Amino acid sequence: MNADLLAVLTFTAGYNTAVAMAGCAALGAAGGGVGVFLLLRARAMAADAAGHATLPGIVLAFLLASWVGAEARSLPVLLAGAAVTGALGMALIVAAGRTTRLGADAAIAITLSVSYALGIVLLSYVQTRPDTAQGGLHTFILGQAAALSAWEAIAVGMLAAVAVLVLSLLFRPLTLLCFDADQARSEGWPVAMLDMLLVGLGLAVVLFGLQAVGLVLVVSLLILPAASARFWSGRLVVVFRLAVAFGAGGAWLGAGASALWPRLPTGPSIVLALGGLFIGSLLLAPHRGALAECLRRGGYAWRLRALRAMGQGRRFPGTELFGWTRNGSPTERGRAALARLELWDRCLAEMPEAVPERAAWGIAPVPADAVRMLERFGP
Amino acid sequence: MHIEPHLVAVLGPPLRTEGLTVAYQGRPALWNATLSLPRSGLTAVVGPNGAGKSTLLKAAVGLVPAVSGTAHVLGRDVGEARRDVAYMPQRNSVDWDFPATALDVAAMGLYGRIGWFGRIRRHHREAARDALARVGMADLAERQIGQLSGGQRQRVFLARALAQEPRLFLLDEPFAGIDTISEEAILDVLAELERSGRHVVCVHHDLRTVANYFDHVVLLNTTVLASGTPAEVLRDNTIRRAYDTGGFASRTAAAE
Repeated sequence: MNADLLAVLTFTAGYNTAVAMAGCAALGAAGGGVGVFLLLRARAMAADAAGHATLPGIVLAFLLASWVGAEARSLPVLLAGAAVTGALGMALIVAAGRTTRLGADAAIAITLSVSYALGIVLLSYVQTRPDTAQGGLHTFILGQAAALSAWEAIAVGMLAAVAVLVLSLLFRPLTLLCFDADQARSEGWPVAMLDMLLVGLGLAVVLFGLQAVGLVLVVSLLILPAASARFWSGRLVVVFRLAVAFGAGGAWLGAGASALWPRLPTGPSIVLALGGLFIGSLLLAPHRGALAECLRRGGYAWRLRALRAMGQGRRFPGTELFGWTRNGSPTERGRAALARLELWDRCLAEMPEAVPERAAWGIAPVPADAVRMLERFGP
Repeated sequence: MHIEPHLVAVLGPPLRTEGLTVAYQGRPALWNATLSLPRSGLTAVVGPNGAGKSTLLKAAVGLVPAVSGTAHVLGRDVGEARRDVAYMPQRNSVDWDFPATALDVAAMGLYGRIGWFGRIRRHHREAARDALARVGMADLAERQIGQLSGGQRQRVFLARALAQEPRLFLLDEPFAGIDTISEEAILDVLAELERSGRHVVCVHHDLRTVANYFDHVVLLNTTVLASGTPAEVLRDNTIRRAYDTGGFASRTAAAE
């Protein structure tokens, strides 16, 4: 088993496995990079709806191709159909947001469910036809990475390279778009074009992910790596690079797992690997992670209580630990902490608007602005 | 920086509109607004909620199309003057949990000049730091924007506009909900801009401070009700016309 695992993870477990894993890793990288911007621009769920909207396109393309007598199972044909209806779904959502009073979430939910229902109905119609080799169509719903051929993996690799290159080249304009689109537009940046480019890249990830991950789960390639990366850094450049790495790593692990256990479907196992990365980030990331947050909050409450007790001359567990008292009497540090708390009290009573929202009030150093104001306007 | 007087003459008034009408989904937000702002002094745009104050600024940078009428900025069409105008939206119009530091946001003001594929060079970084220093935020350059107070965020926003080095500043509510230190820092910057020949137009919400902060006031309630010095505009009956939503009693009282 361990030898298998090593072989799979080092791409030496046979040609097909290596191809599938490399393709999935490239897809994950592209999804991670594009997802960072889509998430910041609040377009990630629209990409999900577009993913579901590809199903009627796939089936219609199949029907059309078999009607004109072409090779109906050809992947380019099916993906072309998927692209048309996926883009249509995306366009509907954007148009609904601009021209009607329908909220974005309603527009997304309606597009997603109606187009998916249409796709399922069309699919069941196709399956009643006796003649055709429609057997493979349903694999697009949950994906089948093992079916990835070498040239398909290369195509996915090229998509990843193009996506990461385009995003890197347009990093600054896209940052402006996501942070403050109005300001960007006022400076003359082609905001609508940048938006379309971003959504187009998202759609490309969805399309290339249909085969490997399937249309139900493909949105997780866009959301999970980006959301995970956000926990680790407060700089967009770092978040971007981490998301690319997380996406590639998670997809590679997931694809490897599904190669190792043949009955494990690829799409769900990739999503579970990415989900594991996400939960790990959520819990363990140093500043924004849940554990760090809990410790900070708990420690903060404890310190504040201890300091208040000290101020009133009461004993409280922990004051020795924080170095505020020794043998029951306040130390230098303890007195400084008390003075700081007093300054916070005055500052919050007299000029609350100078205080940052996210600061450890009472414990952290008092903001310099507030101190200056107290000196000038204080009693 | 000093701007040659003959250039100022060519540029025309910082903002001039004629019969400007802007509508959102069929409902007019700005109706037949005609105004021409003076070339010197700080200008405030005041008026009740929903009076079209923000819309006026947005129309001046081409964010919302005019249904009818025209807007000219620095004597030119809105589209042509873009590089000379900095537009600062309301502070709460953006997500402050965005992964960026104060310096990152100030540097965004330089992106327009750096262009699509230009490299960020050392003088760009220095310009961004300088802009932060001018609003008194040099110490907090590396701070996450999410960890700043309201007034500090506002100053970072202003630093971004400063980094754009425009001739005209269009600032939407720069004084809303901020602390005294930030207010003073912003006032100092505006005064300095005015001295160096820049034009500043602020949407302002606090009638009590208008006369102290500004030299020129535009009173707006969907249309331009008055435009002039604070003493001219802030007379009781003019203000009442703008802010009283009416009602039969107040109208008959005014008529008597």
